[in-house]
Amino acid sequence: MLFPETPPVFSVAQLSRYLKELLEADDLVQDVRVRGEISGCKTYPSGHCYFTLKDAEAQVHCVFFKQARRQSAFLELRDGMAVVAGGRISFYERDGKLQLYVDQVELLGDGALFLRFEQLKRHLEAEGLFDAERKRPLPPVPAVIGIVTSLQAAALRDMLRVLRTRYPLARVVLAPTLVQGAEAPVSIVQALDLLNEHGEADVVIVARGGGSIEELWAFNEEIVARAIARSRIPVISGVGHETDFTIADFVADVRASTPTAAATAAVPNIADWLANVRACEQALATSMDDFLLRCHEELDQANRELARQTPRSQLERLQQQLDDTIETLQTGMQHKLALQNERLRGAALRLHSLSPLLTIARGFSVVRRAADQRVVTSIQQVQPGDDLDIQVADGRISAQVHTTQ
Amino acid sequence: MDMDAIATLSYEEAFGKLEKSVAALQDGRLSLEQALECYEEGMKLARHCHDLLQKAELRVQQLRVTNNGDLETEPLDLV
Repeated sequence: MLFPETPPVFSVAQLSRYLKELLEADDLVQDVRVRGEISGCKTYPSGHCYFTLKDAEAQVHCVFFKQARRQSAFLELRDGMAVVAGGRISFYERDGKLQLYVDQVELLGDGALFLRFEQLKRHLEAEGLFDAERKRPLPPVPAVIGIVTSLQAAALRDMLRVLRTRYPLARVVLAPTLVQGAEAPVSIVQALDLLNEHGEADVVIVARGGGSIEELWAFNEEIVARAIARSRIPVISGVGHETDFTIADFVADVRASTPTAAATAAVPNIADWLANVRACEQALATSMDDFLLRCHEELDQANRELARQTPRSQLERLQQQLDDTIETLQTGMQHKLALQNERLRGAALRLHSLSPLLTIARGFSVVRRAADQRVVTSIQQVQPGDDLDIQVADGRISAQVHTTQ
Repeated sequence: MDMDAIATLSYEEAFGKLEKSVAALQDGRLSLEQALECYEEGMKLARHCHDLLQKAELRVQQLRVTNNGDLETEPLDLV
């Protein structure tokens, strides 16, 4: 009996092996360069990097081993980068995955530009072109302002508007240039050198309005950086928007975030000057008022002095002095009299207290001989039979001596 | 200084003299006649400074190289 023909059945391993060998025999995919965008990029501690390279319609898994990465100076890959990856395609049987084994990666577009930017920046910085010591101060009152920019661009109109408002006393000298495209760097350098040769500008503004990194690229070129560095006139850079930083910004003496900001930085503001003039006018008026006031005061003072010195006033002064003196004398005399009165009263009181009359009032009497009224103080002064006068408080008593003892 | 002489002064010159007038007047050691003169001149200078600032117009020129290699500026008229 014949069995019907059945297609052969392979194992998964057999199929995988087949695919792998098929791919490894194909010259094209064994050395292929693929352009795409990096996505899902992950680097492991092992140093191996895995990512997906994709475009609008398809994607392919990529492996970038550590050894291969070393060849590319361990370039850091990030999601979104546009690259060209070179390597070989194979089939990873374990996962059943088709993979591109990458041996080198080249950055495209913004990525490539960014790399060039970083390299030039490091190079010029090492040379000292960005040093703070190199940067010159801006003239505080520039008479002539040089501008390097495009004639057609809005940036120029914006800057002129700012200058007209803030500082119309200045003169602007424009050196027109291309600000993007392949010829722009040389054009910018020529404009800068021309302004330096002309020599009248006190400050130069190098400006360009906002744009993409490619559009601003001229200001990242080495020749432009060196032209700014060798400019004898101080340079203010005003390129792009606030967040754009070009090499020109690092080399310039002052970086302004935009062309308008550059024009503002270049000049003083006459509004301030007007305010100063007004302040001076005010000071003049105030000082004059004060001066006149002082004159009036001095005059009044002199008048008062004069009034004090007239004959009448002198007389009045002497009169006053006389009155004062009399007053003083009177007061003095009254004082003395009062004092004497006190003394007198005091003496009288003391006298009174010593008075014999007081003694008599207490019961003592004064005995006198009636004949001669001599006060008897001793028995020797009398004989029995003599007449006596005895003085008592309220009168006299006549008496006779009986005996003495 | 009379008004004509003042009119020829640059802003820096005029403002400098104005500041000196103010200082002299504030100093207080002038005679009355000197003070009045100082005040008057100061006011004239201030008016001149004011005029200069109000009347100033930005001059805009373009630099170019002539046929024989010289540099010259010409007025620029932007539309």
